[in-house]
Amino acid sequence: MTSSLIFTFAGRPVAFRPGQTVGAALIDAGIRSWRTTRIERRPRGLFCGIGVCFDCLVVLDGQPNQRACLALARAGLDVRPQEGTGHDDLAV
Amino acid sequence: MTTSPSDGPGMPGRADVGTRRAYDVAVVGGGPAGMSAAVAAVDAGARVALIDGGSALGGQYWRHPPDRALATEVAGQHHGLRHYRRLARSIAAQERSGRLDVLTRHDVWTLERNGDHGFAARVIDRAAATEQERVVRASALVLAPGAYDRQVPFPGWTLPGVMTAGGVQALLKGSATVAGQRVLVAGTGPFLLPVAAGLASAGATVVGVHEASSTAEWASHPGAVARNVTKLAEGAGYAARLARHRVPYRLRSTVLEAHGDDQVQEVTTARLDSAGRVRPGTEERVAVDVLAVGWGFTPQLELPLALGCATRTDTDGSLVVVVDDEQRTTVGGIFVAGEACGVGGAALAAVEGRIAGAAAARALGHDAPVAARDRRQRTALRGFARAMHRTYPVPEPWLDRVTDDVLVCRCEEVSAGRLREVVEELGADDPRSAKLMARVGMGWCQGRVCGYPASCLVAHWTGTDVDPAQLASRPVATPVPLAALAGTDLDEPTRT
Amino acid sequence: MAQVVVVGAGMVGAACAYYAARAGLEVLVLDRGPVAAGTTSRGEGNVLVSDKGPGPELDLAIRSVRLWHELGDAVGHEALELEPKGGLVVATSEPALTALHDFAQSQARHGVAVEPVASARLHQLEPHLAGHLPGGVLYPQDLQVMPVLAAAALLRAARQLGARVQTGVDVRGVETDGAGAVRAVVSSAGRHPASAVVNATGTWGGEVATRFGAPVPVLPRRGFVLVTEPLPRVVRRKVYSADYVANVAASTEGLETSVVVEGTRGGTVLIGASRERVGFDETLSVEVVRRLAAQAVRLFPVLAGINLMRVYRGFRPYCPDHLPVIGADERVPGVYHACGHEGAGIGLAPATGLLVVQQVVQRLGAVLPAELGDLAADAPDLAPFRPSRFSALADVPETA
Repeated sequence: MTSSLIFTFAGRPVAFRPGQTVGAALIDAGIRSWRTTRIERRPRGLFCGIGVCFDCLVVLDGQPNQRACLALARAGLDVRPQEGTGHDDLAV
Repeated sequence: MTTSPSDGPGMPGRADVGTRRAYDVAVVGGGPAGMSAAVAAVDAGARVALIDGGSALGGQYWRHPPDRALATEVAGQHHGLRHYRRLARSIAAQERSGRLDVLTRHDVWTLERNGDHGFAARVIDRAAATEQERVVRASALVLAPGAYDRQVPFPGWTLPGVMTAGGVQALLKGSATVAGQRVLVAGTGPFLLPVAAGLASAGATVVGVHEASSTAEWASHPGAVARNVTKLAEGAGYAARLARHRVPYRLRSTVLEAHGDDQVQEVTTARLDSAGRVRPGTEERVAVDVLAVGWGFTPQLELPLALGCATRTDTDGSLVVVVDDEQRTTVGGIFVAGEACGVGGAALAAVEGRIAGAAAARALGHDAPVAARDRRQRTALRGFARAMHRTYPVPEPWLDRVTDDVLVCRCEEVSAGRLREVVEELGADDPRSAKLMARVGMGWCQGRVCGYPASCLVAHWTGTDVDPAQLASRPVATPVPLAALAGTDLDEPTRT
Repeated sequence: MAQVVVVGAGMVGAACAYYAARAGLEVLVLDRGPVAAGTTSRGEGNVLVSDKGPGPELDLAIRSVRLWHELGDAVGHEALELEPKGGLVVATSEPALTALHDFAQSQARHGVAVEPVASARLHQLEPHLAGHLPGGVLYPQDLQVMPVLAAAALLRAARQLGARVQTGVDVRGVETDGAGAVRAVVSSAGRHPASAVVNATGTWGGEVATRFGAPVPVLPRRGFVLVTEPLPRVVRRKVYSADYVANVAASTEGLETSVVVEGTRGGTVLIGASRERVGFDETLSVEVVRRLAAQAVRLFPVLAGINLMRVYRGFRPYCPDHLPVIGADERVPGVYHACGHEGAGIGLAPATGLLVVQQVVQRLGAVLPAELGDLAADAPDLAPFRPSRFSALADVPETA
């Protein structure tokens, strides 16, 4: 039933089952939020769960604004929380 | 052009696209309606492309885990999966025969006309290393874009752990993931039952189901009820499971507020009177770690709207596409099936998809018999859907419970107070003006979540009728990387 | 009873109403739709001197930029989201740079502040600009506002000064007296006695002018704007390529595109610009979207991985000679036009509004209050914008 598949979230290992999305695996691991909004800096996680609301945005292998509810988890994936727009490094 | 071998009923293969060859029919949306349409059109002799944004077909209703072992394990969660499997087998066979191409992980960002008699779907291949734009050309379109949870804002609804009923269900169906350990389910509609039952069966404590309406409305729709005994039996099945797990089911009850610092820890529920107003003194606080909320569904219409299909307002207040008996829209060559014609569930979507697929093939000169049984079923199921909508309206007093600090637009973090300011101070007397001034609907989700509540609030404050059309149009149906549109093969963008 | 009816609650109408109210006139604003629902809500909020060569429109623009600052002081910069961010025009080739420098010099002789920018300095100004551009010109006077909010703010200020605004009212024509002068405006909401009516209906200015018996040729020129996902500030100014100016003045039938990129307060980046004569066809043009995307990514490579979220389109009002129609129409005394600004409506609105109000005040035998009189001093010659330039009545002497 469980598997030894692991990705990292903010450096911590998170186990997942084959076919699970990143969002589902994070929820299973008890992680409810992985993003802060850009204006009020409030935490968000999964809301609609089907890719419509864009609340669940997370950084995957350095790419921001990935919907955790759609992205399939895979071994070795580097998942990080997203701050604001996810592109703060571009600010001038 | 090669097609990768099918992996069995759960895994139709990926087709290699990017071809200039046009299809007879392109089906957009791979849920019950789309799958049914594709099979019917191919059976009638058409060359078909089936396009879906997900990793697997099935849409929302037939969501399932991809791994077959896991699929058996959570079979209890999957209502109607037998029908899905039958269609998936047909699809796999049709793919092998070369008459059907299935394009999963392809998001359609817009539709356009292609010459005098045809259309082009501009799609983004999300599975490509660098997201590419591709064009799928077809003489006719069957659009089955489906629907998503409808929401109304309330204090605390943006706390992590507050989820849509559909989202909780997607977790259960997709990977047997239980959203929380103590879950309260609230809102309105028969959909709350399978969500609660699924959670309970999966081991979560469902502290209660709070249905805002009174199911006594059933009595006024006896005809629809009689024609849909099987649906009622399903309802009874869910009710029995809830009873077995000792899940309280309350009518005329709702959630007023979600409480917590960085995630929901408690909710306040209250009883409602027959008009949907809170009965004072009935408020109760309940500890939860997840609140699942559902208020019906909103069809996703931007693709039919892109080509000018006429719409109307359905019994549940949703904007839907106008279709005739053949599922034809007001635009020649475009057929729509499923939730986009009116929210009505998977069985109705499948029937409409069959009719649409056959009709599209027939319109192109192929031979496809008119199935009288399908039409009868559609009539019965639509009647049932209408009865459901009348039984489970969104009680209007929610509008008065949205205080100034409640966010209406989650993406742009626009409060009800700001929305009211642009309406009352700046003359924004319709949803579009309010959107432009307050930025509701301007964020990532482009108004999918806040469109309905924002339209209702603006109508409420201006004393006008709700206009669901103004915030329904989205020329860009899904976010598209600019490089994909630029048409050049670019490597990872260099940061200057 | 209103002394002046302003038809059109967009930016130009709002400016007319605001100045009229400040001048102490009784004002009624009518629009068949909501506030700022026309072309005002379809542009980018540009207030530019940079894109205009020497001529009457540039004179109007220079004056209008000053007035925008005054409006910011009067109504509040935040209410307008007024940002004095400046404009940077870049050349993508040496010949284009030479032409740009020549153009900038001619503008400088007319009072525009210009600063040539060498290639090396381009990246200090805009770090995300593509490399290897030969140079550009900086225009510190260029501004940006949020047009819908700004129009709404001006209308609110006008209302606070006594003006009335009625939306959802379709204006059908005017009623004239024995001398053929306006004595009322007729609409779907009834009859509105007035001595002056201002046609500030933008792209529909031709149609409304016809209803007044004073036709002017205003036609639509379609443009699309691309909107990205929300970003931190990646573009500091409005940045556009030197071929934008040639496009505005062009009279070709087909699609003209040039690259225009700027950020917004909300964090999105707006990408333009396209110009086509396709009547009022609202259909999305995928070709335009792809061209604009490609151009933008070439100018700002950082945008390659950024998502397009939204596209909107609008119809710029233009006249055959690419100048707006401003001022009294001799054919129907009491009718004033304030439309046809072709992509410059936001920028030119205050100057247009004040000029029209000056004329209306004169017609009513009144005097501008001192503070407005100062702003209105040294009014530019309105002859190039006169309505009669299109008609066989060009020889009729001007009357206010």
